[in-house]
Amino acid sequence: MLEIKNLHVKLEEEDKQILKGVTLSIGAGEVHAIMGPNGSGKSTLSYVLSGRDGYTVTDGSATLDGADLLEMDPELRAAQGLFLAFQYPVEIPGVGNMTFLRTALNAQRKTRGEPEISAGDFLKLVREKAKNLKIDAEMLKRPVNVGFSGGEKKRNEILQMAMLEPKMCILDETDSGLDVDAMKLVSEGVNALRSAGRSFLVITHYQRLLDHIKPDVVHIMAAGRIIKTGGPELALEVENNGYADLLAEVK
Amino acid sequence: MANVEVDLPQLEVRDGVDRETIETVASMGAYKYGWATDIEMDYAPKGLSEDIVRLISSKNGEPEWLLEWRLAAYRRWLGMEEPHWAMLNYPKIDYQDQYYYATPRSMAIKPKSLDEVDPKLLATYKKLGIPLKEQALLAGVEAPEGERRVAVDAVFDSVSVGTTFKAELAKAGVIFCSISEAVKDHPELVRKYLGSVVPPTDNFFATLNSAVFSDGSFVYIPPGTRCPMELSTYFRINAENTGQFERTLIVCDRGAYVSYLEGCTAPKRDTHQLHAAVVELVILEDAEVKYSTVQNWYPGDEEGRGGIYNFVTKRADCREARAKVMWTQVETGSAITWKYPSCILRGDDSQGEFYSIAIANNAQQADTGTKMIHLGKRTKSRIVSKGISAGRAQNTYRGLVSMHPKATDSRNYTQCDSLLIGDQCGAHTVPYIEVKNTSSRVEHEATTSKVDEDQLFYCRSRGMSEEEAVALVVNGFCREVLQALPMEFAMEAQSLVAISLEGSVG
Repeated sequence: MLEIKNLHVKLEEEDKQILKGVTLSIGAGEVHAIMGPNGSGKSTLSYVLSGRDGYTVTDGSATLDGADLLEMDPELRAAQGLFLAFQYPVEIPGVGNMTFLRTALNAQRKTRGEPEISAGDFLKLVREKAKNLKIDAEMLKRPVNVGFSGGEKKRNEILQMAMLEPKMCILDETDSGLDVDAMKLVSEGVNALRSAGRSFLVITHYQRLLDHIKPDVVHIMAAGRIIKTGGPELALEVENNGYADLLAEVK
Repeated sequence: MANVEVDLPQLEVRDGVDRETIETVASMGAYKYGWATDIEMDYAPKGLSEDIVRLISSKNGEPEWLLEWRLAAYRRWLGMEEPHWAMLNYPKIDYQDQYYYATPRSMAIKPKSLDEVDPKLLATYKKLGIPLKEQALLAGVEAPEGERRVAVDAVFDSVSVGTTFKAELAKAGVIFCSISEAVKDHPELVRKYLGSVVPPTDNFFATLNSAVFSDGSFVYIPPGTRCPMELSTYFRINAENTGQFERTLIVCDRGAYVSYLEGCTAPKRDTHQLHAAVVELVILEDAEVKYSTVQNWYPGDEEGRGGIYNFVTKRADCREARAKVMWTQVETGSAITWKYPSCILRGDDSQGEFYSIAIANNAQQADTGTKMIHLGKRTKSRIVSKGISAGRAQNTYRGLVSMHPKATDSRNYTQCDSLLIGDQCGAHTVPYIEVKNTSSRVEHEATTSKVDEDQLFYCRSRGMSEEEAVALVVNGFCREVLQALPMEFAMEAQSLVAISLEGSVG
């Protein structure tokens, strides 16, 4: 599914190297977690994969089902099935949540050469998906993320994911700013989407999200590299001992 | 019969992108209404003189009083100077290098009904998506039979081609016809109200219009009548080097209500064309008028070649108590826009509202806003202006709120938001506020912002193209105003917002 090889990335403006050779392979249906201290390059990885401006890839590659992601505009990556759940979802004043979802869904369908979804079918679909995430009709009408609580914003990201049905989902610190109940709700939403054809890359600081979303593989990232890869037990190790030991080990 | 010009920019096609999709998107960027109708025209000789004024008057078969009215305006105009206080830069207009009257030859003998109208003219409006058949609705909207019908007066260059639903409106007592017909059929109404809101002496362009106006729409809603359908006028400039000077007069009698829509387009031409219209609204006790405009005159090309010079005087007179007016405008076209739809709040407790979206892209310049003149007690006004600038465009909001000494306990609220796309455009806000009593309240809020990169990336990461993302964000920015439009127009306006901003990013 997602193949990242020796990815080197620097900030466009500061000439600062952030990723220094990341290699990662996620197979279909797998859930991988990336943990790491602040500033290790986790969020940069998610932005580079989804095509945000401001980064220069100096070496390496990233492909989704064999297609070169780095050559594509962000919207094409989305249409190919890549989805990033933002750490800080963006507010768009005046644009109804429903309008946003429908515009996005139809844009992707158009790019893939599929017919647009009818208003009726869309409404049915969005109501069904929203119900599972305890998103009410009022929240669907409100402008995108404007005045949403932290938990509402994250649930809204998962709703978008559920509607767009991507094959490769990246969750960037989706647990940040969530209380226990909200985390449960979001995790249930994610778990409901797990399937043989859909893979996840879960970026997080803390192990607790991984209690809810059980990963197949855990990577530890530090200073722009993946320094250790293991099973779910690796997350527990970090939880108990912190990153210091792992970092020392590498040095 | 018509030559369609669509310029497709050279596009690089990436793998996996459907060529057709790209071409469709690209062709959206070109001005959609830029084609011309090839039709035989009769022109009055070029230039402006008393003879031309007399000719226009006689072509319309006008009574003596109106000819005198026109001539008085013309003589006054000769001594007037073109105003230059607006933030607009354009080469000097040669008023002698224009045609002031152009009419399709087939209209020489006025058709008695739409069935007799030249098929070429009917085809023109069909292509524009304007229904001149009485069962039709504005394009793209489905509604059950019999609901939300819109009556249309179609003005082609200098003349009205036809008006739909006249008979049905007449049953309700509503008069909806071209102003030249109204002069003949309802002289008492025209004489009473024409020039009573915008006098022939008002300003340079209004005075010019008073001298040479050729046609336009006339509406009269009798007391206590709610107009049974929306009325609309669709203006089309077709002929080259021809000015369009239409005059619209709407009289809404006591307790009556009407919603009126106005749309405009013009072909692509390399030269600038002059449009100087006057719209007068007379609103009596407890009456209400909603006037919505989607102005989509040809804006000129990216370098600023061609395009309409739009100098328009629009004014509503809330003449009696509790009269209400709401102006809503979506200004996307024209090379130059000079337009300040105003409200004279004369009656006590009368209300004026102004909702505006002005988009200027490429080399377009817009100087637009409103005037709220509070004369009566407890009068209220509200201004919501959304200016969007892109390319090298300059967009100015200019507005006056004036509370006269007798307008006690009156209120105004103004909200003025500007959105900038790119770093070469400009947004300017010029509010004038005069308060001459101590019990009135005036509020003014203004913001200026840029289209946020994070918003665009967020949209694109969900699959929208950059253009779609900009359109979505901008439509969100304009939402309050779009909501004020009648539904059919709101949809048209939304897609127009997207089209006007094609190519503004990246």
